[in-house]
Amino acid sequence: MKTTRRSNGSAHASQGAGTLPEVRAGRVVKDKLVTALLWCTMGGIVLLLGGILTFLSARGAGVLSWDFFLEPPREAMTQGGVYPAIVGTFQLILVSMAFAFPMGVATAVYLVEYARDDFFTRTVRLAIRSLAGVPSVVFGLFGLSFFAVFLGFGPCLLSAGLTLGCLALPIMVGAAESALRSVPQDYRDASYAMGATRWQTIYKVVLPAAFPSILTGGILSVGRVAGETAPIIFTGAAFYAPHVARSLFQEVMALPYHILVLATAGTNIEMTRPIQYGTVLVLLIIVLGTTLIGILWRARLRLKNVR
Amino acid sequence: MPAATPKFLVRALNLHYGEHHALKNVEMDIAPKSVTAFIGPSGCGKSTFLRCLNRMNDFILGCRVEGEIKLDGMDIYAASTDVIALRRKVGMVFQRPNPFPSSIWENVAYGPRLHGIRNKTVLQEIVESSLKGAALWEEVQDKLHTPALALSGGQQQRLCIARAIAVEPEVLLMDEPTSALDPLGTARIEELVRELKERYTVVIVTHNMQQAARISDMTCFFLMGETIEMGPTQEIFTSPQDRRTEDYITGRFG
Amino acid sequence: MKDSDTLRGDRIPKRVITVLASTGMAIMLFILYFLLREGLPVLRHASLGELLLGSYWYPTYDPPEFGMFPLVVGSLAVTALASLLAVPVSLGLAAFISEVCPRSLREIFKPILEVLGFFPSVVLGFIGMVVIAPWLQERFSILTGLNLMNASILMGIMIVPVVASLAEDAMAAVPKDLRDAAYALGSTRWETISRVVIPSALPGILQACLLGVMRAVGETMVVLMASGGAALVPRSVLDPVRPLTSTIAAEMGETPVGSDHYFSLFFAGILLLVITLGINVAAMWVERRGMRWRG
Repeated sequence: MKTTRRSNGSAHASQGAGTLPEVRAGRVVKDKLVTALLWCTMGGIVLLLGGILTFLSARGAGVLSWDFFLEPPREAMTQGGVYPAIVGTFQLILVSMAFAFPMGVATAVYLVEYARDDFFTRTVRLAIRSLAGVPSVVFGLFGLSFFAVFLGFGPCLLSAGLTLGCLALPIMVGAAESALRSVPQDYRDASYAMGATRWQTIYKVVLPAAFPSILTGGILSVGRVAGETAPIIFTGAAFYAPHVARSLFQEVMALPYHILVLATAGTNIEMTRPIQYGTVLVLLIIVLGTTLIGILWRARLRLKNVR
Repeated sequence: MPAATPKFLVRALNLHYGEHHALKNVEMDIAPKSVTAFIGPSGCGKSTFLRCLNRMNDFILGCRVEGEIKLDGMDIYAASTDVIALRRKVGMVFQRPNPFPSSIWENVAYGPRLHGIRNKTVLQEIVESSLKGAALWEEVQDKLHTPALALSGGQQQRLCIARAIAVEPEVLLMDEPTSALDPLGTARIEELVRELKERYTVVIVTHNMQQAARISDMTCFFLMGETIEMGPTQEIFTSPQDRRTEDYITGRFG
Repeated sequence: MKDSDTLRGDRIPKRVITVLASTGMAIMLFILYFLLREGLPVLRHASLGELLLGSYWYPTYDPPEFGMFPLVVGSLAVTALASLLAVPVSLGLAAFISEVCPRSLREIFKPILEVLGFFPSVVLGFIGMVVIAPWLQERFSILTGLNLMNASILMGIMIVPVVASLAEDAMAAVPKDLRDAAYALGSTRWETISRVVIPSALPGILQACLLGVMRAVGETMVVLMASGGAALVPRSVLDPVRPLTSTIAAEMGETPVGSDHYFSLFFAGILLLVITLGINVAAMWVERRGMRWRG
């Protein structure tokens, strides 16, 4: 916090005899030191993020080309591109969001518009909070035993996508809930005053008003889902699939899993390093790009709401 | 009753918040060991001016102060002034009671501890005398280690006064200290203020003219960032010199 | 439209929404049910004591051994070390953003922190393999740089944004009144932070730390790629470990559904869920206590 001031008082300062109590030595020094330390911490984090991004871009940029984006892996994944993995990642995002978005919004609508403080509501809240804390690999176990084995989908796009959807649900609920809560009560009152029912009010007034914020929440959830690996390893991510999945019941390649495979179980780990860096960079572009769009859009919405 | 050497001497004080000219050419002498009240409609700059006296405005972004404020002849806005030391000498009590969320004892001991007093016995003495000074000792002596937030609003405000006087200031600034209190709490604070002037220079901002009339020796009327009139409280309320002062105290506006 | 029609028109959406809102509940119940269903059968072949305290994890030997003690210790060791590294940094960041940082810069630093939180864990694990591991290996002349230290550093990076942003929320929620009071008593900024802001925000800060720890216990990819994967109780921070999460992720793919190994991995999942749910409950308890304490 800065204060700028000009003073013409110094000329008079000598005449007075006033004194101020003594300040214990070291207090101000300590304050300055800690302040400097806190600045350094923040600086360190900025450098860390910048360093990681620069390092990965420098190593990965050379690999990126149209061929890399548009070709499947070749020669036992030691050459070629990541086309099926890119498409697979987007397919997984689509399936997971097709589940998590409507369910998340509906849950949020319930919590904000309908919920009374009763046992059912408290249980719903507790479940959502618990779900948010479930480790991603446990979602993987659940997806395997429920979607793949119990429901008989097998390891496939649908199983993996729904597993990711379950993981995204609490995030989506949180985003939609805060969006709905930020709709002013006046809007609702005005609608009720015109004789609208509660559902008409929600559908025609509240949801449209909250929709942009809900959408940014959705975008940010996509950022979370796109980079997840553990839930899809045994629910539908393919080690290698030359073709893009044409049905929900086929396995798909995904960028995060592809990185894991190349880096830990590939045919020649050292030789495929460039491809690994390239794949990492593609994943980062997708995840951080989505996130950045979400963050910027959210910032714009907030700015508009303030005005 | 202008004293020989004023505690505060303010000359040509101007304050801007960005474009807004919030205080215009304020000039004032504040006598030691007296109660000075600032009255005026809301937004007139009286609180802003009060916050200049212990440089609490330093935190406000884009706030610019020109002119001089001397405390015992020393320019408090000089570059060499230690703000920490200044605030120890010039204590402050706020509009809403704001005790820290800790025990009553911890609240009062906060300031002395900052200034390096660690000895429990000494601290205990300070806590006791400060609470007595704030007329709260009788009520809380048996529950010094209970949460301060469990006290009533009026008690919380007296605790804040105790906390402020625990660092042995010479001046107490009070920014509408009773505006969040009920009538009973207000009466206790007013009574206390009259006692406090025996030891401290008290400057109080109030929106309540009766309050100013009841407790202050000097009254200053602010309007649109200017000091319209200042004088002994009796005179201000019985024979104001300025038409605007008269309009305000007779309730014609504000 | 008659009144009854309007009312019916209102009742149906309400029912639909209520049913849809139960999805989360259903998923949580299904997770519990399927984990227990697929995890408990392992108790037919190994006692609870053997599972939890046995020191040998040889699930594919004949006869197999399912001692998860080294795995649990591995999980706890990575979590503890990561928290030790990350919590001070996170609280520093939170204090910086909430108390020190000029407002204009805040709008830049907060998103930066957020972006760090969105880093895919597989990417961090990859960095552990290609950057930190060779460095550790050379610096300490050890056999492998994939070890407890490596995984903890990365895990620390993962949880810093989580803890920092939650702790920042808690600090920013401390009323301005209290800061004013502290400054008016002649506190420096650091004294205001350490004696007023942090104590007032303590329940929120504690909750932030707990949620960070919870995240660390459940994090998979970083430990799968960078912890070395040896199912041993580590004797130093440079020893490799094999936490529960990475064990599941690494072995589930090669395990036939319905085998004892399969059941034992689900049992490991139960352990993970119990730990994380426990931490989650603790966090909720802290939150409720904090509210009551504030009055």
